[in-house]
Amino acid sequence: MLQRVGIEQLFRVLVPLARHHAVRNPGIGHLPFLGMTDALHLTTADGMDISLEVAGVGSRSYAFVIDWHIRMLFVLAWLATALLGYDALGLGSYREWLDFDSSQVVYLVILPPALVYFLYHPVLEILMQGRTPGKRLAGVRVVTTDGRTPGVGALLARNLLRLVDSLPSFYLVGLVVAMMTSRHVRIGDLAAGTMLVHESKVSSESLQTATRLALSQSLAPADQELLLDLLERWGSLHRQARIDLGSRFLAKIGEAMPEDHMLGSEQQSQSSAALDQALFERLSSLAGGR
Amino acid sequence: MDRSRHAIEGWLEARIEHWQALDQDLQRQLDMPVESAADLMTLVQGLRGVARDLSLAREVMPGNRITAYLEQLYVRAHEIVYRPARNPWQDLKRAFVQDAPRVVREIRGSILATVTLFLSCMLTGWLLVAEHPELAALFASAEMISQTQQGELWTDGLLNILPSSVVAVAIIANNLTVTLFAFALGAFFGLGTLYIISLNGLMLGGVFAFAGQYGLDGRLFEFVVAHGVVELSVVCLAGAAGVGLGEALMRPGPRTRVEAFREAVSRAGTLLLVAVPFLAGAGLIEGYVSPDPAYSMGQRLVIGVGYGLLFWLVLGGLVFRSRSSHGEKEKARLDAVAAASDSG
Repeated sequence: MLQRVGIEQLFRVLVPLARHHAVRNPGIGHLPFLGMTDALHLTTADGMDISLEVAGVGSRSYAFVIDWHIRMLFVLAWLATALLGYDALGLGSYREWLDFDSSQVVYLVILPPALVYFLYHPVLEILMQGRTPGKRLAGVRVVTTDGRTPGVGALLARNLLRLVDSLPSFYLVGLVVAMMTSRHVRIGDLAAGTMLVHESKVSSESLQTATRLALSQSLAPADQELLLDLLERWGSLHRQARIDLGSRFLAKIGEAMPEDHMLGSEQQSQSSAALDQALFERLSSLAGGR
Repeated sequence: MDRSRHAIEGWLEARIEHWQALDQDLQRQLDMPVESAADLMTLVQGLRGVARDLSLAREVMPGNRITAYLEQLYVRAHEIVYRPARNPWQDLKRAFVQDAPRVVREIRGSILATVTLFLSCMLTGWLLVAEHPELAALFASAEMISQTQQGELWTDGLLNILPSSVVAVAIIANNLTVTLFAFALGAFFGLGTLYIISLNGLMLGGVFAFAGQYGLDGRLFEFVVAHGVVELSVVCLAGAAGVGLGEALMRPGPRTRVEAFREAVSRAGTLLLVAVPFLAGAGLIEGYVSPDPAYSMGQRLVIGVGYGLLFWLVLGGLVFRSRSSHGEKEKARLDAVAAASDSG
C-alpha cells in the first residue's frame, strides 16, 4: 500500500501548491519547473505586439544533448572507419597513430573530427539562422533580444563564450547562470545579446484543417482549437482519459453522446472500447471528416 | 451573430490563399535574397495584409491555431522585410581597415597594462629560476630538463620526429586555445585573463633562465624569435580584450553591467577577428622556419621583426590608411551638409 503513494502522488500535491505560491509571489514565477512560461514581448516597427515564448533550461539542455550526440556519433564513426580502413589500405597499424608522427594521420584521422566537434555549433547556427539539428528537434532557436535572427558576429560571440559556460565541466557555469537569469540565458548569450525561444509550429496542413473546421462548423474558435488538440493527442491518451475528455467536450458544446454507450455492465471492457471508437468517429466528423 | 459568422467565413476563404502564397515566398527567401523590386513589393504587401489579418484573428478567434499560424507568419515576414542589409565581405574589410585600429586606440591603456604585466612576469620568472635553479622543474618537464643538461635544446630534433606541417597544425591549435582562453576567462572579472598572461610570462622567463644556466639561451632565442613576436603580441592583445571584459563588469559606468559586458565583447570580437588569422602565419613559421637549422639568425630576425611589424601596422591602421582618410572626408562632407541644413 505504501508503495502506491509514489512520486506521482507527491507531485499532485506539490505542483498545485507551488503554482499557487508562484501566482501569489510573481518574483519566483520564472522558475522553469513550475510550468510557468516566460515570454519576450515585442512591439514591431509597424506597431504590432508579438510575443515569443522563452525557452528554459530544460529545452536548452535537451537541444544540447541531442547536438552532442550527433557530434559524438560522427566522431566515433569517423575514427572507426579510419581504424578499419587504415589496416585495409595497408597504411600501417593504428598503433602508429598514437605517435602522431605522420601527417597523413593528422590530416585524415585527427583533424576532420576535431574540426567538426569545435565548429559544429558556430557554423550550423550561422547556416541555419540560429538553429542546429538539436535545436530544431527541441523546437527552439536563437534570436536577438529584439526578436530577430542574430548576425554572424553575435553567433560567433555566443559560441566563443562557451569556453566560459562549459567550465568546470558539464556546462555547470552556463546552467547556473541560465537558471538565475530572467531569460534563462548563459554567459555567451548575455555577451552576444541573444536568447533561445520556442519555435511556433503551426504547419500549413494544420492551418488547412483548422480552416476547414472553421468554415464547416459553428463551434466557437476556442472550442475548435480544443477539438483539434484533442484529436491530435487521441492516439497518445489512455482509453479512459479519451472517453472522459471526449464526453466532457461533447457536453461543453451541447452535443449528445454517441448512441451505443448504453450497454450492460457485464460487457464493460467491450463497451468502453466501442464507446471510445464511437467518440472518435463523432469528434472526427465534427472536425470535418478526417 | 449569423452575419458575423458569414463575414468570418468570407474573410477566411478570401485570405487563406494569400497566406499560403506568402508562406512559400518566405520559404524561398531563406535560400536566396530578394531579387527584383516587384518581389520586394509583394513581400511588403504580404506583410501588411498579414498584419491586418492577425489583428482581426486575435479579435475574433483568440487562442485558435489560425491565429497562432498568422502570428508566426507575421514574425517571419517582418524579419525578412525589416532585416538590415548584410554584406559580410564589406563588414570583414571594414573590420580590418577601420574597426580593429579604432578598438586598438580605444583600449591602448589595457594593451599597455597587459604587455607590462607579461614582461614583468617574464622578468620575475627569469629571476626566480636564476636565483633558485631547482624551480626550473615548475616550468619544464623532466624530459626537457635532462635533455638540456646534456647540452641539447628540446627543440633541436623537432623535425626528425614530426614533419613541419604537423608541427604547424599542432602549434596553431595550441596558440588558438591559449588566445581564446586569455580573452574568454576575462568574463570572471578579468581574473582568468590575468592568470593566463602571468603564467605564460613566468614560464617564458623561467625557461629562458633555465636554458641560460647551460649556455643555451642564445639558441633558444634563435628558435623563438621568428614566430614569437606575433605569437606573444596576439596573446597580449587577447589578454587586453579579456581585461576589458573585467573592466566592463567591475566599472560599467552609466550603463548596466550586461550592456557594458556586451559592448566589451563586441569590441573584442572585432579585434580577435583581425588578430587571430595572424596566428596561422606564426604557426607556419614555427613549423617551417624555427626548427630548421638552415635559417641563419639574421634571416630569423628579419622574418620575426618583419612579421611583427606588419601585425602592428595593420592593427595600428597604418597599412590601409588611404581608405580610412576617404571615410573621414566623407564624414566631413556629411557634417557640412548637416550643419548647412541646421542653419537653413
